Amino acid sequence: MKIRSLAAGAAIAALALSTAACGGSNSSSSSESSSSSGSGGGGSITYWASNQGTSLDNDKEVLTPQLEKFQQQTGIKVNLEVIGWSDLQTRIQTAVTSGQAPDVVNIGNTWAASLQSTGAFMPFDDAAFKAIGGKDKFVKTALDTGGAPGQDPTSVPLYGLAYGLYYNKAMFAAAGLTPPTNWEDLVSDAKKLTSGDKYGFALAAGSYTENAHFAFINAAQNGSDLFDSSGKPTFTDDGVVNGIKRYLDLMQTDKVVNTSNVQYENAVKAVNDFATGKVAMILNQNNADNSIVANGMANDAYGVVPFPAPAGSKTDVASHVAGINLSIFDNTKNKDAALKFVNFMTSAETQTALGKPFSSLPVLNGATPNFTDNAEEAKTFSDIYATKAKPLPLVPAEDQFESTVGKAMNQMFATIASGKTVTTDDIKSALKTAQEQVAAAG
Amino acid sequence: MSATTTTPKTSSPGSSPAGKTRKPRQAGWWLPYALLGPAILFELVIHVIPMFTGIWMSFLRLTKAFISNWGKAPVTGLQNYTVALDFNSAVGAGLLRSFLITCAFTLLVVGLAWVIGMAAAVALQKEFWGRGFFRTLFLVPYALPMYAGIIAWKFMLQKDTGAVNHFLFDNLGLGGDKPFWLIGDNAFWSIVVVAIWRLWPFAFLMLMAGLQSIPGEVYEASAVDGAKPLRQWSSITLPMLRPVNMVLILVMFLWTFNDFNTPFVLFGTAQPPAGDLISFHIYNASFLTWNFGSGAAMSVLLLIFLLIVSGIYLLVLNRRSRRA
Repeated sequence: MKIRSLAAGAAIAALALSTAACGGSNSSSSSESSSSSGSGGGGSITYWASNQGTSLDNDKEVLTPQLEKFQQQTGIKVNLEVIGWSDLQTRIQTAVTSGQAPDVVNIGNTWAASLQSTGAFMPFDDAAFKAIGGKDKFVKTALDTGGAPGQDPTSVPLYGLAYGLYYNKAMFAAAGLTPPTNWEDLVSDAKKLTSGDKYGFALAAGSYTENAHFAFINAAQNGSDLFDSSGKPTFTDDGVVNGIKRYLDLMQTDKVVNTSNVQYENAVKAVNDFATGKVAMILNQNNADNSIVANGMANDAYGVVPFPAPAGSKTDVASHVAGINLSIFDNTKNKDAALKFVNFMTSAETQTALGKPFSSLPVLNGATPNFTDNAEEAKTFSDIYATKAKPLPLVPAEDQFESTVGKAMNQMFATIASGKTVTTDDIKSALKTAQEQVAAAG
Repeated sequence: MSATTTTPKTSSPGSSPAGKTRKPRQAGWWLPYALLGPAILFELVIHVIPMFTGIWMSFLRLTKAFISNWGKAPVTGLQNYTVALDFNSAVGAGLLRSFLITCAFTLLVVGLAWVIGMAAAVALQKEFWGRGFFRTLFLVPYALPMYAGIIAWKFMLQKDTGAVNHFLFDNLGLGGDKPFWLIGDNAFWSIVVVAIWRLWPFAFLMLMAGLQSIPGEVYEASAVDGAKPLRQWSSITLPMLRPVNMVLILVMFLWTFNDFNTPFVLFGTAQPPAGDLISFHIYNASFLTWNFGSGAAMSVLLLIFLLIVSGIYLLVLNRRSRRA
């Protein structure tokens, strides 16, 4: 008798354990189970936000008042999770694979076409656009990053970003220099500003995404594209190879970058070097402003100019159309609530409220940038975004370009930092390998 | 764990005590099955089903276009395998290189971890004041959360701010430039050192437990015959630890060959070619490029290799032990 009851107890315990496990994994991502606990009658949705502020906590602090406002307006509770950049892609991937996804998610806009091809995201058709206030409210350049051309986009722009060349005004004045307007000037200025433990330039040379972006921008300045019209990679074009060489040479032959930068796995470390006066110039997106000021550098102590192309190059591309887009997972059970939320996040009011803390450029037509009090800087970035930015290729294999070419460049920087040389042929053969990898995966 | 691995020398398996005569079923006959049931269920759910899913995936063209709906992924037969094994292509060449690096890594790590573990276990075999303290101290790397331990190494191995370079160049006054430890060819030695640091306490623990079962009289008798410590070690300790060693080396081999955490935490997402261990390589091949079919095929190849090696290892050793 005793044994039997013991066995029954064990069986029940096992059963409870397994059901508890199932319940746990459901409630963490599905919105249904938590909808009962949401206050008000509007249900609840789950929102994964990317890290835009100075830290994950900072993001939470900035977003929470907005989400509370949304709940007051609609009665829909938003469960927020802020995810760091190093994890975001993997988390989205897992969500796509498992189907256990949030309702709304922030994506880097360069992934839009790649993620679109998974079929896991809701296409914004005419009805959906109507629900979020119409296509026309968005800046066209920004909206074009929402997906592959000719298809309904699966994401809409949320925050606009662009690269600019930040320079330290005091260091430039002390050396009697003016901000560079072409690549050759940039290099000679940087050389003059490099002495002792001060360097002309800092790069996030250990970040494959940053490296990939500059492979693209430098190649674009040389007039080369990364994919041909049929979507096949053309990484071994001379324009791409020479563009990458030019970027690597900042560390290799020009020696204006500290070799330690090879371990800078994200842009934050380069920004810190800049803000503490260790380097005279950095290349960064406009959201660097927060971190620079947080590190104690005054807003008027630095200036921004477009990232210059070599003299006589075909285009003056200075950035890719960077930014954050919003996507809705196709399997969401709260489509209406999700659309309402996207509408709220892309409304003029919310955009204005978030523009400053997240240092983002407006993605709405007619909005004025408010991310900085420095009118000149705001104008420069708006100008880069509107006229000097080219979108990264809107093809499904774009994310593979970032990981293969970006990582190959990490290795090249590592080779340079350990005292060896990277030749044009080395770059070409590394890009050939990357190209084969992309082709094999395609 | 240690108890089960040290006893097989004396107990002979195969003679089951139960089931001499067939009786009508007793009350409660189902109890063992009921107790086993959950274990079998979880074993199926956690091990067997995912394994077969992985094998099935390796025959699919499971790229990101099909990832949200697996059922639609087209069957490609052996294509994933031919790509992975075509050593002239970029993918195959990368896999082969990573495999060879992993072999060298495993040999070094298992070998040195065993030597250090054995030395420490023998050193602590005799009782002396403070033995407990050293036992605890030696187990610290094993007791630390893996992530915390490796991330500490990562900080120590930084070029400009790391403790290793600070000690070597600032304290000891070595000349020359401070090297990078986590990029370039040095990355291989860094990961070997970190992996040994993580693994040797396990060898130490297992060998220490094994040493407890060797009776002290054997050593006394040999000492009377004039055996020196080295002779005692090679003629008594080593043969009597054989069953422990057999399991220990196999387990350490499998763990090290499959090691994912060490390179992942130490190098982040961009691993240097010299530290490109195979599990991590496969992760990159499937997760970063969204090509899960290809990743699954590589995993199956790894599984086959490990099965063959383990099989041969056990077969050879068991035959020898039977002959002995």
